[in-house]
Amino acid sequence: MLTTLHKQLLNNYQQDFPLSPTPYLDIAEQLGVSEAEVLTAFQALSEQQMISRIGPVIAPNSIGCSALVAMAVPDYDLEWVAEVISAYPEVNHNYERENRFNLWFVLVADHEQQLQAVIADIEAKTGYQAMLLPMLADYFINLGFELNLHD
Amino acid sequence: MIEAIDFQLIAAVQAGLPIAARPYAVIADKLALSEQEVIERLRLLKAQGLIKRWGVVVKHRQLGYQANAMIVMNIADDSVAAVGRKISAHSCVNLCYQRPRQGETWPYNLYCMIHGKSREMVMQQWDSLRQSCDLADVAFEVLFSRRCFKQRGALYRQARQSQREAMHG
Repeated sequence: MLTTLHKQLLNNYQQDFPLSPTPYLDIAEQLGVSEAEVLTAFQALSEQQMISRIGPVIAPNSIGCSALVAMAVPDYDLEWVAEVISAYPEVNHNYERENRFNLWFVLVADHEQQLQAVIADIEAKTGYQAMLLPMLADYFINLGFELNLHD
Repeated sequence: MIEAIDFQLIAAVQAGLPIAARPYAVIADKLALSEQEVIERLRLLKAQGLIKRWGVVVKHRQLGYQANAMIVMNIADDSVAAVGRKISAHSCVNLCYQRPRQGETWPYNLYCMIHGKSREMVMQQWDSLRQSCDLADVAFEVLFSRRCFKQRGALYRQARQSQREAMHG
């Protein structure tokens, strides 16, 4: 179960994790607990897969280039096609979604040419066409996710 | 200007900061930088906007947010930015991007993401969003996620490259 401390760590440090020599101690002081408790709690959250990491979220297209890609794959082929796609190191966030375009993934590459090459490779390997949807504008400012952990 | 060392730094932290008393010192040791330099450079990359946020990245599904919908809309070109900003102001929205339409096949140009504890809650939030953003006449589709085949932060190859160079160079 999530303790109050777990909830505070999950909700309060998504935007501005302390950039100081002793961030966990700073958090402990802010929350009125010990540094050891904060370290143990983060360890538990990480082991239980509730956090993926403490780290950076890089602004899209600031390093290399990326695109959302959609494919329409019949159900009987979806699993192996998804597996082929997930195996590329350039791919992250590969999801099945409820739509005629049912496979959605994000590609990150160094440059446009590499992006196109990976797409061509995926199309050749799977036999299905990919719809490339690069980001044109990002309207989102307030990142981070406010979790309602009270119920 | 992003320097080579910054790419190495991003490579060193993109998998996650160590959970240890002096985490930035651990990173600093790997890169032959001082702890203070690591902290200063990360601060700068954040101020420059390259690091969009620096902190805890949560796994929604594990935390009870099982329902995740990507909503795609067809918004007139001259109002897409205004609508995008308006949608982004709602706390239930996580991401909001403009992407190119794909002709008749996929006539949508605005994408947003809503996470919720149930489909019903996501649909309620979407309904109230449609009302408050005047989207009653807008064509849209709601794409709930089913299986997650892969989820991790983007791994930047340039950064990976730099890490290799740092290791071998």
